[in-house]
Amino acid sequence: MAGLTLQGRVIIQGEARGSALVSGEPLSFWGGYDWKTGEIIDRRHMLSGAIAKDKILAVPFTRGSSTTTAVLLEAIRAGTAPAAIITTDVDFFFALASVVADELYTTPLPLIALAEQDFAQLKTDDEVQITNNGTVLITR
Amino acid sequence: MTLTLSTQDQDMLRGGSGPATKMAMSIVARMAQVSGARELLDISGAHIDSTVYIGEAGLEFAERLAGMGAKVSVPTSLNVSGLDEHHWQEWAVPSDWARQAYRQMVAYQSMGTVPTWTCAPYQTGMRPSFGQQIAWGESNAIVFANSVLGARTERYPDLFDICCAITGRAPAIGLHLTENRAGQLLFRLIDIPKSLHESDDFYPVLGNLIGTATLDKIPVIDGMLVQPDEDQLKAFGAGTASSGGVAMFHMVGITPEAPTLAEAFHGNAPLQTIDITMDMLRESRRELTHTDSDQLHMVVLGSPHFSLAEFKRLAPMLLGKQKHPDVKFLVTSSRAMTQLAQKAGFVDPLFAFGAQITVDTCILTSPMLPLEIQNLMTNSAKFAYYAPGLLAKQIVFGSLEDCVRSAVAGRIMRDESRWLG
Repeated sequence: MAGLTLQGRVIIQGEARGSALVSGEPLSFWGGYDWKTGEIIDRRHMLSGAIAKDKILAVPFTRGSSTTTAVLLEAIRAGTAPAAIITTDVDFFFALASVVADELYTTPLPLIALAEQDFAQLKTDDEVQITNNGTVLITR
Repeated sequence: MTLTLSTQDQDMLRGGSGPATKMAMSIVARMAQVSGARELLDISGAHIDSTVYIGEAGLEFAERLAGMGAKVSVPTSLNVSGLDEHHWQEWAVPSDWARQAYRQMVAYQSMGTVPTWTCAPYQTGMRPSFGQQIAWGESNAIVFANSVLGARTERYPDLFDICCAITGRAPAIGLHLTENRAGQLLFRLIDIPKSLHESDDFYPVLGNLIGTATLDKIPVIDGMLVQPDEDQLKAFGAGTASSGGVAMFHMVGITPEAPTLAEAFHGNAPLQTIDITMDMLRESRRELTHTDSDQLHMVVLGSPHFSLAEFKRLAPMLLGKQKHPDVKFLVTSSRAMTQLAQKAGFVDPLFAFGAQITVDTCILTSPMLPLEIQNLMTNSAKFAYYAPGLLAKQIVFGSLEDCVRSAVAGRIMRDESRWLG
């Protein structure tokens, strides 16, 4: 087992732990994420068919529809959301879902941004732990 | 960077304008902080995408605000909802789903908004003007407002648009600010026949291609041989905002902030220059089709919502023809456009052909299609992008003419000649 520690920027603070689901390709949650199951359903996306529920989802940013936020909010409420999401910069759509989940249910979703070269080191199935100060601990 | 709120912003945050405004301002201010804004700015219009019914959480959000007496403080149009308020029973919409979606419509309407129920608000009376600061949701509307009209909105998601509408404020970030509206990537159209530039189906195909290649940057398209009409720009923008996260584009000599190449880039050099060839366009067109089957169950037009001009174009193509009895032919549009089209005599030929019209919503936001409908045909890159994931349906992309011809024949027929070139 090898370990790796990356320092990210806290977008929305929180702690999370889970196995990583990683793609360098952006994702729209509307038409891309089934909030009833947590499955990635964008049939053109490389993660199509993967289940992101309770995973540490790493996608650089969102694409497409403005409904992405609403879909992620449903997933947070339904318990089918990723445990945390890692991006390469502030993603307004993800951040808003987390802020509204905090307002409505006091269950914000932890969001971390990693520099692109750090993001590139993440691999699917890495065991990832995210801390309150934005540290990303990886074991593989 | 620290956020400085005005005295009035702070008063809203303390609850001086009531609990709904307090919650809305709390969300606006937190998001302003997250996105690194120094201040908020005044907006004078909003378009609410949050009307799309997804599930309980979105409904709870709407009803929480409405229950606290939320009222918008600027002229506010509404995007599509989850159902055609008066005709949903003609489709496969489950009644409990319809009840929930209807509650969401009522909640947003109670906030003093204008019930336009359309994803093409820029083709209604609520069209923003050049330079106007607005807070819009709906990806195709955002890209149209910024690019074609020169209005200024960031790419706002559902749930945020309504918070801006209530407070009349938005973070001073992104495309609200002149310096962030410069082009970044240059796409040059090389040796693309003029006949293709003149074709409607060129625009969604080009949009799909540029969205995929641009992702979240601002693309500049140079080398247009014709002046595209508004519906062609609408189809193009919707394509870029589906395959990519494009919130603004420039078309040199066509869109208002790009009279010249240099002005499109604000005098900067492009980050990258990409030459668009026929091969790339053909590949993009192929991408929009998800099946080799020539089976056809339904033609669906109107994503984004059909305009009056599109009704006008379609009507004469249907005269004296009948759709195949096994094929449905659906046009989705707004109430306003449909009524104008009706008065202008463009709707009767549709009904005579056997077409149906759905307003207020679309196939992507309403569970209206029965299970037996599996193979769809459309002229929209946006439908083609989302239908496989959202609806688990097969889709074939074609021109408007292809769609009509296929509906008559009862199977997929596409004219390939313009794409061989």
